[in-house]
Amino acid sequence: MIRFVDVCKEYNNGTKAIKGLNLKIEDGEFAFLVGPSGSGKSTIIKLLTAEEFATQGRVMVNGYNLNNIKRRQIPQMRRTLGVIFQDFRLIDKKTVWGNLEFAMRIIGATNREMKKRIPYVLDLVGLSDKANVRPTEMSGGEQQRVAIARALVNNPQMIIADEPTGNLDPQRSLEIMTLLERINAMGTTMLVVTHERDLVNHFSKRVVAIQNGELISDEQGGYYKL
Amino acid sequence: MKRRRLNIGYFVSEGFHSIFSHGLMSFAAVCMIVACLLIMGSFALLATNADKMMGQLEDENVFYAYIDENYTDEQVAALETKVKNLDNVASVEFVTREQAKEEYLAGQTGELYANMPDEVFRDRLVIHVYDLELFSKTVEQVTQLEGVVNYSAEQDLTDAFITIRNVATAVAGVLIAILAAISLFIIANTVRLAAFARREEIAIMKMCGASDGFIRWPFVIEGIILGLFGAVLAFFLQWGIYAGIYEAVMSSSASTIVIPVTFQSIWYWVLGIFALAGAFIGMCGSGFAIRRFLRV
Repeated sequence: MIRFVDVCKEYNNGTKAIKGLNLKIEDGEFAFLVGPSGSGKSTIIKLLTAEEFATQGRVMVNGYNLNNIKRRQIPQMRRTLGVIFQDFRLIDKKTVWGNLEFAMRIIGATNREMKKRIPYVLDLVGLSDKANVRPTEMSGGEQQRVAIARALVNNPQMIIADEPTGNLDPQRSLEIMTLLERINAMGTTMLVVTHERDLVNHFSKRVVAIQNGELISDEQGGYYKL
Repeated sequence: MKRRRLNIGYFVSEGFHSIFSHGLMSFAAVCMIVACLLIMGSFALLATNADKMMGQLEDENVFYAYIDENYTDEQVAALETKVKNLDNVASVEFVTREQAKEEYLAGQTGELYANMPDEVFRDRLVIHVYDLELFSKTVEQVTQLEGVVNYSAEQDLTDAFITIRNVATAVAGVLIAILAAISLFIIANTVRLAAFARREEIAIMKMCGASDGFIRWPFVIEGIILGLFGAVLAFFLQWGIYAGIYEAVMSSSASTIVIPVTFQSIWYWVLGIFALAGAFIGMCGSGFAIRRFLRV
């Protein structure tokens, strides 16, 4: 669950990225976070992943209060999240299996657990036959599927996708979004940051719109109206 | 899934992999460690030899206090007790002029001194001290005692050895500190470059929930491996250089004055200290270098 209560974020250079944001996303929900460039979307992601901290207000993520979280608790909190980026951020020198394996090593999974979980997740994202391929030998859509598989492999409570279709063509974008919808249907909370109006309109989901760091619209089944 | 397993095998494998993935910098780091340990080791061995020589000299740390001719046996015994009670005095022996003459003649060849009168020699106290550094002070204390009319001590030689030992120890200490700092700096830069090249990977790991330890350990292990490798190389080089110097000293006339310590008698100390120093330098260098990349 995500909860923002009167959250403000001001950077050291004086930029006020978030101004009094109130937002609640329940467990199991699927929400789009939309807004123009510079609206504060990236800051929200950084606040959620504890890369940045609110200058005012309260941020709760999966039971962690990020206002007073201890440094050593941050890795534990991040393990409850799966993060997907526009540029995939895969480790090129490792194979698809290696990329998923290292994510599981981080949480101290055993070899037996890895051998059981990784094939299951690769099957879920439709890449069972690509386990030994390196990311550089794959298409953009496939790389994003690997990134989704890596986000999923530790069975997180929530997935945060930051412009997951930004580098993909419309057909691949639709496939990726459909995959995220399927994962959400299995119980994982999903927060998708995107610019793509058509894609948002295609799915009848909750849409949270922000502009200039303020919430301007929050509608269930709503459309991208900015 | 909760944390159940340490990834020691993974850390070691990543550490080794990282060494070879930027081989040139690893080579530079090892060379630097070897050079630093060799210089540190050479000065330490010099100090060890100076210390041994001081030890030998301390075994002969003796001086003579000549006694007033008019003193009775009781007065001599009282003086002997006073000397014995001084802090740095290890032993005192009273030697009569006759005994002194006998000892002197025993060290001479021929009949030249055979008829030398006893009066040439004087009754004396033969005094051994514990600490050579307090030699001068002890001599001074003894000569101030009533009944001591003169003394004989190889003070210049003693002072020279003390100076050599102190200078060697001080220079070795300063050089060891400087070279250790340089080694740390080089190792830190090597690891920093490796970490910089892998900063994206580190950021991904952090975002996946990796702890600082999970990211740091492969780099620390890399530093330790480089340090140990450098230490072993430096040990064998040090052995070769020392053996060469030892042979040169022993085959020259210097061996009548100086008998160096054999490397065989101290090799385990050298190897142990090199290994510890190498591993410590490698570990600390890596630890410092990786810190800034963990702030994600």
